[in-house]
Amino acid sequence: MTSTMTSIQHLIPEFERWKTRYPAGFEGSLTIPCLHRIQQERGYIADSDIDELVAYLGVPRTQVDEVLGFYTMFTRTPRGRHHLQVCHNASCSLRGAEGLVAHLCLKLGIRPGETTSDGAFTLTTVECLASCGTAPMMMVNEAYHENLTPATVDALLEELAR
Amino acid sequence: MTLPYQVGSGTKFFMNFPVTERSHTLEAYRARGGYKALTRVLQEGMQPTDVTKEVSASGILGHGGAAFPAGRKWGVIKLNDGEPHYVCMNADEGEPGTFKDRWLLEHVPHMCLEGLIIASYALMGRHGFIYIRGEFDLAYRRMRDAIEEAYAAGLLGENIMGSGYSLDVVLYQGAGSYVCGEASAMLASLEGKKGWPRNRPPRLTVKGLYQKPTVVNNVETLANVPVIIGQGVEVFRAVGTPKSPGTQMISISGHIARPGVYEVEYGYSWEKFLYEDCGGMQGGKALKCVIPGGVSTKILNADELKGVTLDHNSALAAGSQLGSGGMIAIAEGTCMVRLARVIQRFYHHESCGQCTPCREGMGWMERVLDRIVRGQGRPEDIDRLYYISNANDGTTICSLGDSAGYAVTAILDHYREEFEYYVKNGRSMFDGQLTVEDPFAESLATWHALNPGQLSPTLAAGGHHG
Ligand SMILES: Cc1cc2nc3c(=O)[nH]c(=O)nc-3n(C[C@H](O)[C@H](O)[C@H](O)COP(=O)(O)O)c2cc1C
Ligand code: SF4
Ligand code: FES
Repeated sequence: MTSTMTSIQHLIPEFERWKTRYPAGFEGSLTIPCLHRIQQERGYIADSDIDELVAYLGVPRTQVDEVLGFYTMFTRTPRGRHHLQVCHNASCSLRGAEGLVAHLCLKLGIRPGETTSDGAFTLTTVECLASCGTAPMMMVNEAYHENLTPATVDALLEELAR
Repeated sequence: MTLPYQVGSGTKFFMNFPVTERSHTLEAYRARGGYKALTRVLQEGMQPTDVTKEVSASGILGHGGAAFPAGRKWGVIKLNDGEPHYVCMNADEGEPGTFKDRWLLEHVPHMCLEGLIIASYALMGRHGFIYIRGEFDLAYRRMRDAIEEAYAAGLLGENIMGSGYSLDVVLYQGAGSYVCGEASAMLASLEGKKGWPRNRPPRLTVKGLYQKPTVVNNVETLANVPVIIGQGVEVFRAVGTPKSPGTQMISISGHIARPGVYEVEYGYSWEKFLYEDCGGMQGGKALKCVIPGGVSTKILNADELKGVTLDHNSALAAGSQLGSGGMIAIAEGTCMVRLARVIQRFYHHESCGQCTPCREGMGWMERVLDRIVRGQGRPEDIDRLYYISNANDGTTICSLGDSAGYAVTAILDHYREEFEYYVKNGRSMFDGQLTVEDPFAESLATWHALNPGQLSPTLAAGGHHG
């Protein structure tokens, strides 16, 4: 809760607009959408964000803590600028997900779950992303990259590192 | 990037237009006859009960995995109980192997939305929800834009088409949790909570979202509603089989020559689908087995598919289910032990941990399989997997734990000798092979050379909770 941390107050008009499409009494429902929006701005959820959100929505703090612990998309710590999420579920494994992860480990010098020392890349393995027909695949931040080959991965990494 | 567009034979309710840069827009959808069903409902004096009657008469079965009759679910809602009623579109598509809802959301978002509006009218709902996977990107933007287009055109909001009927729709993004695809977990998530499934009764149609009567339907189920109401029950029932009317969107992946999304009429030959429409197996290999409808359905081997048709009864008679339409084709020479290990890692990762048999069982099964693929399996491990699976069966709140048990034991039933060989010899009968063609084979070989003795870069020890 450092004083240098930016506040989320500027997002509140946007949250208020969302409310107009919800039934009355659904304030608690906004917990997840608000956290998404905050993380989109900051890259992670800070302590101060939780305090402000609890105050704004009037939900119990434990609810926000539980949500942050339960859902894999939320993070309490900053990730690399480029978050590489490789699907390692069944269909992707049948089409080379292991090799794709190996390729990224070799290229970046990290293992799944780690971030490069310059903070550029975080590598994570994830479950099915509904892209099984275009495997192997990975997400880079919000974007899907499918039918990956060494050439397309290398070109992508170069472009991202620029 | 959009998904590959596949064309097979038979009637198409969804894949019946050329996909272009603009074919997903309101304008294009209307030019194809879109929102005619809604017009019929709102401007030709159809009562809510008339809509439900037609949906019931159509015989449509839910496309989310359990094949529950949609009309029967809707029929439970008491229209004059004075309560708000909610319809939620389940767009959380997370069953491994399944990507057909993504196709519908990306290519026919308005058709999905029209289905939701009609369903909400039938249940006299004032608010509808679309719970969409948090990771979806293009599908999310397409649906978000479709909703805004619909508001601007007076198809959502106050007094739709001047009918006096009003509906607001919320597009709600999940945040990375497979179990939130389970209907009660989805509603907990929609309340802004962690996605824990809950016991029934009470059914969700009695006490659902914020304790109010709620219908949860899959994307594809709702997308069929404009077909049933717009083209008529007879047109709908003329396709498919008497017990599985209509079409099924099948997403196929794995070692298949032409992976992608296909729309097939129920009753279509399974072998024709695989060998002709999908071009057979990668590299001309022989088919070993298929996972019919998402990893939670039991595998069927090549022999068991002979003469089987793609409809619920035929799949059931063959010993499995069509599930979510997420078919995975597996070629001869694939190591089923290793594949079972990959699948079980998923279930362990996704167990919400609420029920002891599931929480403990998922991790235990994963540890046993992990030990086997590391060459440290014990002879009793194979029976232990059956034992854990049995302990799960029917003792848990949702079916995640059961499904894992069925998935793994079905692989054991079919390929027990591979497990026995692995345990006895400390290595795979098929060299741990998972791919037919591996674009990253070279990198994998380099990685192995640099990491001697390590199994693989993705099969990390034990389960992990993200
Ligand atoms: C663990 C689990 C995950 C599920 N995931 C999904 C899903 O991603 N999409 C879906 O439509 N149904 C899913 N279901 C089924 C839903 O609970 C529910 O039956 C379905 O959405 C109802 O829609 P339908 O009647 O139109 O098929 C899941 C069920 C379980 C137990
Ligand atoms: S069966 Fe597993 S996933 Fe389902 S509610 Fe119980 S612990 Fe959670
Ligand atoms: S298995 Fe990788 S996207 Fe489905």
